Amino acid sequence: MAVQYGSRLKRAVTFHIPLTVMVVATLFPFYWMVITSVRPDVELYNVKMNPFFTLHPTLTHFYYLFELTMFPRWAWNTLFIATVSTGISLFCGLLAGYALARLQFRWAPSLGTVIFITYLVPPTLLFIPLGDVVKTFGIGDTPWAVILTYPTFLIPFCTWLLMGYFKTIPREIEDCARIDGASRFQAMVRITFPLAVPGILSAGIFAFTLSWNEFLYALVFLASPQQKTIPIGVFTELVRGDVFYWGPLMAGALLGSIPVALVYSMFVEHYVTALTGAVKG
Amino acid sequence: MADQRIEPILAESVARGATAIPAPVVVVAVPKLGRPRRFGQLLEREHILAAVLLAPTLVILTLFIAYPFVLGIWLAVSDKVVGRPGNFVGLHNFWVNLNDSIFLRAFQNTFVYTFIATILKLVLGMGAALLLNQHFRFKRIVRASMLLPWIVPTVLSTLAWQWMFDATFSVFNWMLMNVGIISQRILWLGDGTLAMGCLITVNVWRGMPFFAITLLAGLQTVNPDLHEAAEIDGANAWQRFWRVTLPLIKPIMLVVVLFSMIATFADFQLIYVLTRGGPYSSTHVFGTYAYEIAMRAAKLGQGASISLTLFPFLLMVIVFQLWYIRRSD
Repeated sequence: MAVQYGSRLKRAVTFHIPLTVMVVATLFPFYWMVITSVRPDVELYNVKMNPFFTLHPTLTHFYYLFELTMFPRWAWNTLFIATVSTGISLFCGLLAGYALARLQFRWAPSLGTVIFITYLVPPTLLFIPLGDVVKTFGIGDTPWAVILTYPTFLIPFCTWLLMGYFKTIPREIEDCARIDGASRFQAMVRITFPLAVPGILSAGIFAFTLSWNEFLYALVFLASPQQKTIPIGVFTELVRGDVFYWGPLMAGALLGSIPVALVYSMFVEHYVTALTGAVKG
Repeated sequence: MADQRIEPILAESVARGATAIPAPVVVVAVPKLGRPRRFGQLLEREHILAAVLLAPTLVILTLFIAYPFVLGIWLAVSDKVVGRPGNFVGLHNFWVNLNDSIFLRAFQNTFVYTFIATILKLVLGMGAALLLNQHFRFKRIVRASMLLPWIVPTVLSTLAWQWMFDATFSVFNWMLMNVGIISQRILWLGDGTLAMGCLITVNVWRGMPFFAITLLAGLQTVNPDLHEAAEIDGANAWQRFWRVTLPLIKPIMLVVVLFSMIATFADFQLIYVLTRGGPYSSTHVFGTYAYEIAMRAAKLGQGASISLTLFPFLLMVIVFQLWYIRRSD
């Protein structure tokens, strides 16, 4: 008995307690978003009230968000921008990844390195001149300003990930197709690309979440309220001067997080593959 | 050479059969051999196919990375402000930065923020990975929910943290006061050092899952037989971790640390949302200060010189990382 009790205590101290602390610390801010978004203002701004729950849940903040701000518009913008820039990046990354993984040509290794380096270039380094470039092309304050610039970090990522994936598909399958009369191009499109679908899915989900969440480029390149994405809109339009509308802010934060969390939860394994694949290279 | 030959072919593939412009060579060749066949034949050559496949990527990266990078260097040595063309001023902007106490503070902050946050993320992420590597009920759901801080838009979760650190309505203050630990409200974001602590906390909260999940992937590749052998040889759990596990996952650990260092070093959004560099410009980092100068004060040249200061440090990390990858290949 004593031994069992001791080992159970040990297990609690070394495992259950730290695990619980970790899970609570991870999820608490999300709980806070949820509870704030349904508490009425009289409770939110009363320090006497217990802030952890409410007996009078309300949808006022969501109503405010949908009726008095452009939130639906921002949601549509975010979805449109994330989808199109992910599509462009997957298309480019798929072709480039195939070329770098499969084809023999002089520049292959150095191009691979160049693409890896661009993958590590953070937006912080380039946003000022890029703002100029976007203006020069006449796409400032339009969705294309970010649709065309997000691929600068999405393509290198997709290329890198798919390159790794193509290397796991045996070359012999393609050779067989070629012996049966398929051209180089046909073998690539009809044989190898379909086999790479899991890799494409991983890259796509990861790219989608990255562009859904992007902040700096969207903040700098999109100025008018009707062009904004959710992260920018919630941050800039729900804070007036020093006044924070915490109820709608948290409602917006919650609604802006849910779609990407949903996509993620449907494809957890693919996402994790992308995440770990991205670092291993 | 190769590129020049590709261009007409590309144009042809886009506008197949259209009357517009493909280079004469192609137009002449077409009637004899049949267009699709000739194009197909060219694609049989690997270097031509490669050039075609890489073209879209290279166009986008040249227009939106290489060109802005060069432009950024020009801006950094010019006195460009919004709405006026700039003149060459040499290293004047950098000289101004060196004499700017806020810039120097931002410089120091960037390093403090990066190093403390990275170390904490590594230690806590390793701990989390070791926990998640054990067998327990609801493991999948725990692992999936662990990644949530990493998945959701940083701006939105940082706003939730900002609300939790609110001067008047902070939930942490409410808890501490009700337990009786403090009697006065703590102004979490009201003091430079404390605010930096808050920034690091949020950064660790957001970035730790990335460490945990990638390190977990590393742990799963460790052969359990090795642990068994070490145990038979009398190694305790601690020794097994240091002597068996750690050396085996060192490569992936290093890569994760480097990735995270780059991202943390160049961080913008978390700091911009939580403190905007305040109070009294005490928590600026390179990214937020460059934004402040370039976008709010409209001094594009000065701002570009601030963000360009990031570059040498990034380059060092990148070169090290490339060297390491080459070596382990």
